[in-house]
Amino acid sequence: MSLLKVNNLKVYFPVKHGLFSRVKAHVKAVDGVSLHIEPGETLGLVGESGCGKTTLGRSIIRLIEPTSGTVEFDGEQITELSGGELRSSRRKFQMIFQDPYSSLNPRMTVGQIIGEAIDIHHLAANSVAKEARVQELLKAVGLDPIYAQRYPHEFSGGQRQRIGIARALAVEPKLIVCDEPVSALDVSVQAQIINLLKDLQVQKGLAYLFIAHDLAVVEHISQRVMVMYLGKVVELADSQKVCREPKHPYSQALISAVPVVDPDSKRQRIILPGDVPSPIDPPTGCVFHPRCPVAEARCKVESPALREITPGHWAACHLAK
Amino acid sequence: MGQFLIKRVLHMIPILLGVSLLTFLLLDLTPGDYFTALENNPQITKERLDQLRAKWHLDESWYVQYGYWIKNLWFANGKLGDLKSQWNKEADGRVWRVIKHAVMPDFGDSLQYKQPSSQLITLRLWNTFMLSLMAMILAWGIALPLGIWAAVKKDSWVDRSCSGIAFLGLSIPEILLGLLALMFAYSTGWFPIGGVESDMYYGVDEWSIPRLMDRFHHLLLPAAVLAASSLAGLMRQMRSNLLDTLRAEYVTTARAKGLGEGWVIYKHALRNAINPLLTIFGYSLAHLLSGAFIVENVMSWPGLGRLTLEALQQQDYPLVVAAVLMATALLMAGNFVADLLLAWSDPRIRLEK
Repeated sequence: MSLLKVNNLKVYFPVKHGLFSRVKAHVKAVDGVSLHIEPGETLGLVGESGCGKTTLGRSIIRLIEPTSGTVEFDGEQITELSGGELRSSRRKFQMIFQDPYSSLNPRMTVGQIIGEAIDIHHLAANSVAKEARVQELLKAVGLDPIYAQRYPHEFSGGQRQRIGIARALAVEPKLIVCDEPVSALDVSVQAQIINLLKDLQVQKGLAYLFIAHDLAVVEHISQRVMVMYLGKVVELADSQKVCREPKHPYSQALISAVPVVDPDSKRQRIILPGDVPSPIDPPTGCVFHPRCPVAEARCKVESPALREITPGHWAACHLAK
Repeated sequence: MGQFLIKRVLHMIPILLGVSLLTFLLLDLTPGDYFTALENNPQITKERLDQLRAKWHLDESWYVQYGYWIKNLWFANGKLGDLKSQWNKEADGRVWRVIKHAVMPDFGDSLQYKQPSSQLITLRLWNTFMLSLMAMILAWGIALPLGIWAAVKKDSWVDRSCSGIAFLGLSIPEILLGLLALMFAYSTGWFPIGGVESDMYYGVDEWSIPRLMDRFHHLLLPAAVLAASSLAGLMRQMRSNLLDTLRAEYVTTARAKGLGEGWVIYKHALRNAINPLLTIFGYSLAHLLSGAFIVENVMSWPGLGRLTLEALQQQDYPLVVAAVLMATALLMAGNFVADLLLAWSDPRIRLEK
């Protein structure tokens, strides 16, 4: 059974204007996304800025309220939980944030930041047990337990991200939504954090929803990869398949843009014309058609469904074979 | 910490010296002096006026006057005799009394009241302090909860009406508000007009309950007027600071941990939003004192502001200088308190060793 099942999730943000805040339009940040994650699996989520990956990640764990659709986690309908039930369920799904600088409260020591989560869910019998647990967590993410007494501003970006990971691990979750956890870090530190996440996954059987815009990183850590464009899923398959033989023209362009360490590479880059259209008023038919190099007449009218092109390889394109 | 404190107190000395020097210069730039008004009195001869001016060194240039003033702070003529008489007065605690007299600076006698300036100021200071304190309690006590409420319920009717109140409070000048308050007090008869207490309590025990109640009754309206202007600004500041921190990622982190919304706001958002307000707190002490000049005059509150203004009009220089120094010291003390509060509340701000 899947750990997480998301069905037709939509997140629309109202755009308000004028004196009486009338709702003029909606930003369709996430527009009908379905996915599932198995226990211990990593699903990579890629797409360019503004395509709705962060919104999707946050709405799955209800840090943003979804407009419609259902999220089922471990047999429980998260979308139907009330405030109190949701808070106690948060123990099972956690999040690691993109910016290790702004995601830690500057007024709390590392010990307090990690300990707070333990307190909320009553995971330690007393303060001694709590402190021991905090130290154990710091050790697990490769930090000196002495650091519990220090404040976040005393650490480097990589160390802070480790603190963020320890914080997420404190409540022993089954799923962690990693929202671009390495994009704010130096390249040399990125690999350390990625490998730490991989090690922790093996040790604790964690499942990740790994959001990134760096395809190389996603390919390295994920079993399956999902590509998003303008709030919709355009391709979903094993990470090898997406990266080696992408079926959707948008994925193909994305893959071709990954730099290759080979000066003699004769690889052809696909340059997409224009910019990403506004999610307030997305194009008709296939949302990608205005920029698609192979678009046909029907792409303008008919919205392509996500279909299984080859076994286990899904793409939302009329022309994919 | 002790070292830091001493350092801060020592820093105050050059500032106070500079302020006193500037006050002397500015007083010199105004035409005439305290005795100009007596020139038209036919009963006072020119010679007598010259004598009086010479006695107060008003015939000298301003920097010489300043020199005399500085010297008289601790080494006035006849100070030794004064100390001797203190020594001979009473056997009990004479050492302590003499030390106190030797160390306490003497700001000179007021020309119009013929009393030590410091004595006059201490009398009035208490009134101003009570007024400022009450105004501050009112302003902060109302502004912070309203600002928090407005931020948490952003764009609701609460937020909108708070914005309206703030707009009104910011745009009505203090003088007009003071006059309106007087009109209100007169037409309703709910509040006394002017003064710190009713005449009937003259001579009654200072700390008797009815007298204190009467003082409070007198205090309420001027304090409300004084509070009104800072209230609006504070409320807006609180709202915008809290909105900023509510958008911060660590607030989302706290929600993701499963913390209840009330705790998220209090522990994570509010405690970070309060920082800029602590700085304002120090400055608002100064603002309340300067604002008190207007309110005290319009509403006849016998405080430091009114005393200073009267002294300025009379060119009673010892009193003016002493009052200005007092206000400066209060302002610096306010900033100092703000610094301490900031260091206490924010671990990132460490006081220099």
